Amino acid sequence: MKLDRRAFIEILVGAGLGAGAGITFSPLPWKLTDDISIWTQNWPWVPVPEDGRVSHASTICQACPGNCGITVRKVKDRAVKIEGTDGYPVNDGGICPLGAAGLQLLYGPWRVPGPVRRVGKRGAGKWEQISWDQAISEVVSRLSALRNQNKPETVTCLASSDRGTVAQLFARFMTAYGSPNFIGGVSADDTSRIAMSLAQGERASVGFDLENAGFILSFGSGIIEGWGSPVRSIQAYGKWRSHNGNGGPTLVQIEPRMSNTAAKADKWYPVKPGTEAALALGLAHVIIKESLYDTGFVQSASSDFSEWREMVLDRYAPEDVSRTTGVSAKEITKLARSFAKAERPLAVWGRGKGTAPGSLYECMAILSLNALVGNMNQSGGIWVKSDDNDMGWPRIPQDVVAENGLSKARLDGAGTDAYPLAKYRPDALPKVINEKPDVVQALLVHDADPYYTLLDSNEVAKAFEQIPFIVSFSSYFNDTAAHADLILPNHNYLERWEDVPSPASLARPVFGLAKPAISPQFATRYAADTVMTIAKKLGGAVSDAFPWKDYPSLLKQTLGENWGALKKSGYMEQRPERPGRFAFYSKFQEPIELQGSSYVYPLTMIPVELIRLADRTVGNPPFCTKSLEETELKGGDLFVQVNPKTCFDYGLADGKHALLETPKGKAKVLVHASEGIMPGVVGIPKGLGHTGYDDYLAGKGVNANMFLGVVDDPISGLPATWGIRARMVSV
Amino acid sequence: MSTPNEKDQVTAGGEQERVSNWRFLIPVIAFGVSFVIFLGIGWIAFPKFLYSEKEQPLDFNHQLHVDEMGDCEACHYFRDDGSYAGIPTIDNCIMCHEFPMGEDPEELKLVDEYITPGKEIPWLVYSRQPDCVFFSHAAHVRMAGMDCMTCHGSIGESEHSKPYQYNILTGYSRDIWGHSIAGFKKNPWDSMKMDDCAECHEENGVSQGCFVCHK
Repeated sequence: MKLDRRAFIEILVGAGLGAGAGITFSPLPWKLTDDISIWTQNWPWVPVPEDGRVSHASTICQACPGNCGITVRKVKDRAVKIEGTDGYPVNDGGICPLGAAGLQLLYGPWRVPGPVRRVGKRGAGKWEQISWDQAISEVVSRLSALRNQNKPETVTCLASSDRGTVAQLFARFMTAYGSPNFIGGVSADDTSRIAMSLAQGERASVGFDLENAGFILSFGSGIIEGWGSPVRSIQAYGKWRSHNGNGGPTLVQIEPRMSNTAAKADKWYPVKPGTEAALALGLAHVIIKESLYDTGFVQSASSDFSEWREMVLDRYAPEDVSRTTGVSAKEITKLARSFAKAERPLAVWGRGKGTAPGSLYECMAILSLNALVGNMNQSGGIWVKSDDNDMGWPRIPQDVVAENGLSKARLDGAGTDAYPLAKYRPDALPKVINEKPDVVQALLVHDADPYYTLLDSNEVAKAFEQIPFIVSFSSYFNDTAAHADLILPNHNYLERWEDVPSPASLARPVFGLAKPAISPQFATRYAADTVMTIAKKLGGAVSDAFPWKDYPSLLKQTLGENWGALKKSGYMEQRPERPGRFAFYSKFQEPIELQGSSYVYPLTMIPVELIRLADRTVGNPPFCTKSLEETELKGGDLFVQVNPKTCFDYGLADGKHALLETPKGKAKVLVHASEGIMPGVVGIPKGLGHTGYDDYLAGKGVNANMFLGVVDDPISGLPATWGIRARMVSV
Repeated sequence: MSTPNEKDQVTAGGEQERVSNWRFLIPVIAFGVSFVIFLGIGWIAFPKFLYSEKEQPLDFNHQLHVDEMGDCEACHYFRDDGSYAGIPTIDNCIMCHEFPMGEDPEELKLVDEYITPGKEIPWLVYSRQPDCVFFSHAAHVRMAGMDCMTCHGSIGESEHSKPYQYNILTGYSRDIWGHSIAGFKKNPWDSMKMDDCAECHEENGVSQGCFVCHK
C-alpha cells in the first residue's frame, strides 16, 4: 500500500487523537497546571522575605486612636506580618485593615529616611539629606533668634493630641520656651469632654459599654466602620449578632446615608442631616411625657431636671420634631418607647469614626438621653473616666522672656472669654494667620498632618505659605511634611517606646505601653529626644525644664512603679471614676446652620468615613487603597454618592463626571447614583486627595476638607461643621 | 467482480485500484501507537524531564546521630521561647565536631569547609514549603502531639543523604508533591501539598481556614 494523501491524513488524525488521549490519561497536564501556577508565584521579581528565624514582638498600634494590641511576626530582622494580640483587652486578637497594612507604613517609600532640608519650592518634594547636628542647629538658631527678639509667642506647635508623654513634652517645651501656642487636635471625644464638664463640673472622657448594652441607638456613629476603637466596636457588634436573631441587642442607626452600620442595623432612620439633636430631644420628650425615665437616677443623681424637662416638653413635641427631622411622630414615639423600655439602653454619638468634634448641643442632647434612662456608670451604659493628664513632672522654670510670651493671648482663642470651654482650636488657626501673616514665625508639627486634616484646605494652604519656617517631626512625607522646610523624622510606631493613653471610647480604660517591635529602619530619632536636644541647645531656663537623659529613661521614670508590669504585659487596665451629679443642660440652641445660601447651593454635602480609607494623621496605605470599590475611587477620580432622584433633578448621570462646588471649593468628581443616600444630600468620602506621600496615594481623588468651612460651635468653640451647602453640575 | 469489501475506485488517470478492507486500521493503529507513546511520555519521560537532582553538600548519617544523641529533638529542638529551631546551625555541630571525629572524608569536609571557616552548611531541605505557607512546628508537635515521622517519614533512619530532587519549574523539592507523579500516596509523609494539610486538618477537626496557614 502506498502512503497516499488520505492515509497520511488518517495517520495524522489518529496519532493526534492518540497523543491527546495518551497525555490526558497521564498525570502530565494536571501536574503541569499545578507547577505552572506555583511557577508564577516564584517569579524573580516577586519580593519574598529572606528565610530565617521567626520571632514575634508585641506592641500597640498607633495608626489610629483605637490603640489595639498588635503582634509583629518577624523573620530574622524583617517584620512580615502584623496580627492582633490575643487577650489584649481592646481588640482580643482582632485587627483592622489599616493596622494589618501597618508594614507599608514602616517600609513604604514615604518614610523620611533621616533629617532632610527642603531645596526646591515648598511642596515640590525636593530634599537634601543633612546630618542630625545640622538639622538641630538650624532649628535652634531660628528659635533662639525669635527668643532674642522677644517674640517666643510667634512659635506655634501643632500636635494630634496633648495626651501621653511625647505630646506633653512638646507642650512643656512650648511653655518653657515661652509660647502659649501649643495646639492639640480635636475630635468628638473633645466635645464629649466639654459636655461632661458642663454636666458635672469637671472634664472627663466618656466611654461606652457597647459589649453589655441591650439596645444601641447610634446617632450616625459608624460602629462597624472605624468608630471609637474600631476593632473593639466591630467585636461588640459581633457579640450582639452572636445570638442568631434570638433575643440579641437591638441596633438602631440614625443617619442620612445607608452606611454599612445602617445596613446592618435592625432599624435605620434616615433623618435630615443636622437634625440629630432635635430627634434625640424628641425622644426625650416622649420618655418624659410617658414617665418612662429612670426616676431614681433623675431624683438622686441629677440636677436641673425640671428646667430641662420644661424646655424639652415645650420645644420638642414629636409633631414638631417630625417636621424638622423627617421621621414621623408615630415612629418617634415608637422608638422612644422601645429605647426607654429596653434593658440596658445606650445612645451613642460621634458621627462616622468620631473624627469631627460636631455640635455640643447634639452631644449634650444624646448624653441627656442616656441620663434619662439612668445608664450612667451602669453595665451597658455610659462610663465616665478621669481626664487626668498629669505626668508628675517637675514645675517648668520660666525666665522673663517666657513669662512675657506666655502672657500673650493664644492665637486660636481657646480658653479665652470667647471660647472658655475649648482647650485647642486648631481649625481657627489658618484664618488668624491669613489675617495677620506675621503672627506665626515658626511652626512645629508633631504627630499631626494639619495641612491635610484641617478644615477649609485652601485657607490652610494659604496660611502655610505665610509661615516662614515650618518644621515637621513626621516619620512620613505626609502633606504637612511635604510643605515643611525641615523634617526631623520620628521613629515609626513599630520602632519606638511610647506610652499610649486609653482610647476614649472604652468603658474600662486600658493604658498601653508601646515597645519597639523592630529596630529603627532609617536614621530617625525619638521626636521627644529631638525636642529635648533643641531645648538643651537653647540653654538657660528652657534647657533646665528638661532634666532627663533621654526619652526612654524619661518614660521609665514617668511610669514609675507601673513600669515593670507595663513592660511585661504591655497594658494596664484602669478603673472608671465615680461620676459626679449630672446636670441637665437646658439652654436651648438652634441647630448649627450650614455655610452657603440654599438658593445658590441647593444640595447638602456631608463627609463620609470609610473603614478602608484612613483619614486622620496617617495616610491610607496602598493595601487599603486597593480595597476601595469601583464606586468609591476609579483611577484618580473620586466618587461622590448621590440619590438617583437628585441625579434626575440636577441632570447628573451615574458614573459620569460632575463639578462639585461649595462656598469653599470646587473640583471635578464622579457621580455614584445610589438609593443609599437621602435625596438632596451628597456624600463625599474622606481620606483621599493627598498632596504628600507617594504615587500610591498622592493625586488620587480630592480632599473632602477642601469643600468644608469652619463653623464654630457657639458653646464649645470647636468646629461643629457636619457638612456644607453644595451644588453639582454635569461636566 | 468485486466483493462487497472491495470497491472499485477510479483514479484520476481512469485506472481502477483495489482497496483492501483493513484500510480502516490505519488511523486506529496510529492512534494506538501515539497513545502508548504519549502515555509513556506523561508517565515516564515527563517526571524525568521535570525533576533535576543535586547532591547535598555533605552526606549526613541520620541513623548514626539518632543512635548517639537519642532522638530527633536533640538536634531539631524547640527554643526556650517555644519557636522551632529547624535544621541545626553549625553552632550545634561544633559541640561535637570542633575537630574531626574519625577518618570519614565527609567528616573532614564538615570541619574544613564549614566549621573551621564558620560557614553555615547550605543544606537542601527536602520538606521546604513555599513562602506563602506558615507552618508552625510548635502547633503540630507540642500542641497536637504529633511525632516527627507522621510528616517526615523514616528520614531519621537514613544512613546517607539521598539526592535532593527538585522541580525545574517551581524550584521546590520533589518530596512536596511526592515521588508518585500521579500523586498517589500510601503514607502521610509521601506528599506534603496543601490537600495533604487540609486532609489531616479535616480528620482532626482543625480549622481549614485560609489564614491558618496563609498568614
